[in-house]
Amino acid sequence: MTSSAAVGVHSIAATMTTAPAVGFQRYAWLMLAFPVFGALVLIFGGRRTNRWGHLLGVAMPIGSFVVGLISFFALLGYTDRSRDVHMFTWIAVGDFHANVGLLLDPLSMTFVLLITGVGSLIHIYSIGYMAHDPERRRFFGYLNLFIAAMLLLVLADNYLVLYAGWEGVGLASYLLIGFWQYKPSAAVAAKKAFIVNRVGDAGLTVAIFLMFSTFGTVTFTGVFSGTKAAGTGVDTALGLLLLLGACGKSAQLPLQSWLLDAMEGPTPVSALIHAATMVTAGVYLLVRSNPILFYSSTARLAITVVGAATLLFGAIIGCAKDDIKKSLAGSTMSQIGYMFLGAGLGPIGYVFAIAHLVAHGFFKADLFLGAGSIMHGMNDEVNMRRYGALRRFLPATFGCFLVGYLAIIGIPPFSGFFTKDGIIEAAWDKGGTSGAILATAALIGAGLTAFYMTRMVLMTFFGKARWEDEVPAGRRETPETDTAGHAPHPHESPWVMIWPMIILSIGAIVTGGFLVINGRFAHFLEPVTGPAPDNNGIWTVPGIIALVLVVLGAGLAWLMYGRAEVPAVAPAGSPLTRAARQDLYGDAFNESVLMRPGQWLTRLSVFFDNRGVDGLVNTAAAAVGGSSGRLRRVQTGFVRSYALSMFFGAALLVAALLAVRL
Amino acid sequence: MSHVLASAGTTAAATSQSVIFWLLAVVSVGSAVGMVLARRAVHCALFLAAIMLSLAVYYAMQSAPFLAFVQVIVYTGAVLMLFLFVMMLIGVSSRDSLVETIRGQRLAAAIAGIALVVLLILGIGHAALGPATQSVANGGAGNVTGLATLIFTTYVFPFEVTSALLITAALGAMVLAHRERTSPKLTQRELSQQRVASGRPTPLPSPGVFALHNAVDLPALLPDGSPSELSVSSMLARRELGDDGTPALPPAPDEPEFDNPSGRADGSADENAEAADHAEPAGVSTQGGTDS
Amino acid sequence: MSPSAYVVLSVILFAIGGVGVLVRRNAIIVFMCIELMLNACNLAFVAFSRMHGNLDGQVIAFFVMVVAAAEVVVGLAILMTIFRTRRSTSVDDASLLKN
Repeated sequence: MTSSAAVGVHSIAATMTTAPAVGFQRYAWLMLAFPVFGALVLIFGGRRTNRWGHLLGVAMPIGSFVVGLISFFALLGYTDRSRDVHMFTWIAVGDFHANVGLLLDPLSMTFVLLITGVGSLIHIYSIGYMAHDPERRRFFGYLNLFIAAMLLLVLADNYLVLYAGWEGVGLASYLLIGFWQYKPSAAVAAKKAFIVNRVGDAGLTVAIFLMFSTFGTVTFTGVFSGTKAAGTGVDTALGLLLLLGACGKSAQLPLQSWLLDAMEGPTPVSALIHAATMVTAGVYLLVRSNPILFYSSTARLAITVVGAATLLFGAIIGCAKDDIKKSLAGSTMSQIGYMFLGAGLGPIGYVFAIAHLVAHGFFKADLFLGAGSIMHGMNDEVNMRRYGALRRFLPATFGCFLVGYLAIIGIPPFSGFFTKDGIIEAAWDKGGTSGAILATAALIGAGLTAFYMTRMVLMTFFGKARWEDEVPAGRRETPETDTAGHAPHPHESPWVMIWPMIILSIGAIVTGGFLVINGRFAHFLEPVTGPAPDNNGIWTVPGIIALVLVVLGAGLAWLMYGRAEVPAVAPAGSPLTRAARQDLYGDAFNESVLMRPGQWLTRLSVFFDNRGVDGLVNTAAAAVGGSSGRLRRVQTGFVRSYALSMFFGAALLVAALLAVRL
Repeated sequence: MSHVLASAGTTAAATSQSVIFWLLAVVSVGSAVGMVLARRAVHCALFLAAIMLSLAVYYAMQSAPFLAFVQVIVYTGAVLMLFLFVMMLIGVSSRDSLVETIRGQRLAAAIAGIALVVLLILGIGHAALGPATQSVANGGAGNVTGLATLIFTTYVFPFEVTSALLITAALGAMVLAHRERTSPKLTQRELSQQRVASGRPTPLPSPGVFALHNAVDLPALLPDGSPSELSVSSMLARRELGDDGTPALPPAPDEPEFDNPSGRADGSADENAEAADHAEPAGVSTQGGTDS
Repeated sequence: MSPSAYVVLSVILFAIGGVGVLVRRNAIIVFMCIELMLNACNLAFVAFSRMHGNLDGQVIAFFVMVVAAAEVVVGLAILMTIFRTRRSTSVDDASLLKN
């Protein structure tokens, strides 16, 4: 550990020598400008952009992707692999300068390619998915805003600009989750996502304050060069605060509750949130801040604990949900948990966390788009118990979904096998009690993943068709009336939706192997995360155990849902099942532990404000007003009243004179 | 009178002065109280006249004969007549409601008045008010000459200012009383046309014509024997003819405060009686004045 | 009679006049009460004049009369104007700055 620490220190110093960008990379700001332009035009352009709005919306992220790709290849040519694009000074107060600049390094470029690549595919898919929505143009405007905010987040070269992107992502997710705002559930879900994110944002905000007060700067370069001198206490505080921020964005325990409700948004939004943007921001933040975490084992332990707990939490929820999107959402939570676990494990973990993030971006987008395609063909039915035998009706979707399925459960040679097993192996290698517990949790999570994904595939594509009944209005994703009263007639989606899924499937197959074999990604990321220990090869002990557990989990699922008949109405289930259907009482916990006392506190504050503060002010005002009112009554306008006071005055004058003279 | 009083100095003269003083003190204070309490403005004016005449007598008694005459002529004669004149314009028989509308005003006014009286008398009691010097000032050229000397020597500037004030007041009164004509003045032709168009081109019937007697408040009888309301001025209470041809008692109208300025018979009788009562001291004072 | 008796009488008349100003609502009567107060002052002036043995007090009283006459003229003219617009001479009716 000591030797790796020394290496780490060296690597940090190497990381933060960035050079000004030259050549094409000077135009890296175009990556941001494209989606910003698209969002502005589409949101403020109004209905006159309806006809061609979606085309503009698709073109913008593709443009960003192209710029990103060129920048990426340009970056490969540099040995230090880090370039800074200074754009302008945002805030200049005394010695404090907040510059807006872009940092092009392996980590940010990885994210840029993922965000713009997967994002573009989701945009293309949305053309077909949202074809019948009258507000499609607005939807694309929000999507572009989302992409722009996320790009700002990952490209920022200081924490302040990162925070701006961070909040932009929160805003865009709010707008998109609540896109069908006429549905009360969607409006509530959007608010919930926003508010829970605010809790995390508070952590990030305080972390930035702390950075500024400790280091006097918020740039990555400045902060990371001072972490060693700052001491363990500050680093631990920063690490925990950043973890809180990351938990909010990435839906980790204890701020996980918004993610499942976020399924109220259109399916492409779910795909975008879960695969390319939003939830990955937390992982990015932690990996980006690795020089801070390096000096705080406490923070790293906390991250691994959060990750391990969330991966089990999400997997259990995923096992019980009958709603295909919510089941996938639980899966996302679980997979991000893996990434957190990896991010807490140090340099090797960073690499696999990011590798898993990229691979997950592909296969989770694939799965979500597949789910969207199924819903598209099933009158927006989301209940898996109403599916069955869909492989004959949706062959292309089935194929893509199957690839995603194999990738997520980690069957070689699909992506998940390489990346997830890397994380499990890293936990295994950590050693000690904590390593054993974390590895066990990760292994159980792998088995559970296999179980719920197999369950999902079996319930959806195999067995007997169970969709004869009319879809009740309440369960459909959109309350469109034109399909009500008809039994669903499953049909394959248009090609504009199929092609993105096929491309994503290819990505889901090859990404993991490409990144992990020969440690390509580890070498690529080395300037950021420090050199990773040598890889143990593809076939390791934990990897084989994980594979066995995966096979067991899949077999169990086949026994329960493949061989046996799936009931169209959910059975009561065990207490654990019922708890998992209720999101393991996450909302109930929040409500009873946070909301109720919060409400009491609020009421107390309101009471104090009304009676105490306002009371004081109002009493003073009332005293002045009341005495003025009484004084005013003296001014009756009656001459005789005035004469009376004059008369009294005269009498008083006489009295005074007498008192003086006598 | 002044040198009579000055030269007298006897006990008899002093006694008569005391008698007159106390008599007029009662009259003037009583009249003042009556003025405050009287409902009708006319009564108030008469009470004020009584007070002013009493004061004129006092002036005469204190060797100020010029002021006594001025008091009678200017105050009682001119100013008070001006009051009565205005009262006629706005309703001679108007009566005040004596209900107080401002809460506590009367009590407060009474307290203030009594307090002022008590305090001032207290002050006067402590002041060293010497005995009267019995009008040494009048001794030389007489009261009027002495006053004239003072006014045109020492007080000439205030006197000039006073004349300016009087002119200003006269002008002001004229300006205030002037009313802008809002419609063009009717020509003779228009007036005659209006008269014909009104349906009665002839003058209104005279009161008392063909009636039992020719009083102005007795309506004329029309050829069919019915009384004509038009024949009596609206300012006067109309007497109705009874069935037996004798004048009936006038109806007791509910007099509005200012709108019906017709005097009632009993009201005017009261006024006459009071005027007669208060004429007596006035007569005494003038008598005293002429004596000198 | 000693001048103090006259002064006391004038004080009493003055106070009665003042109370009259305060309690009466008819503007004409209010004016009369003011005249009464002025007269009471005159009485005191004359008494003091006699007490001091010079005519200055009488001159002042004379001026007071002149000023009172002017005041009555203007006051009654104002009264007529008010009566013309309001059909009332009650001082309480004129309790607002606007009609």
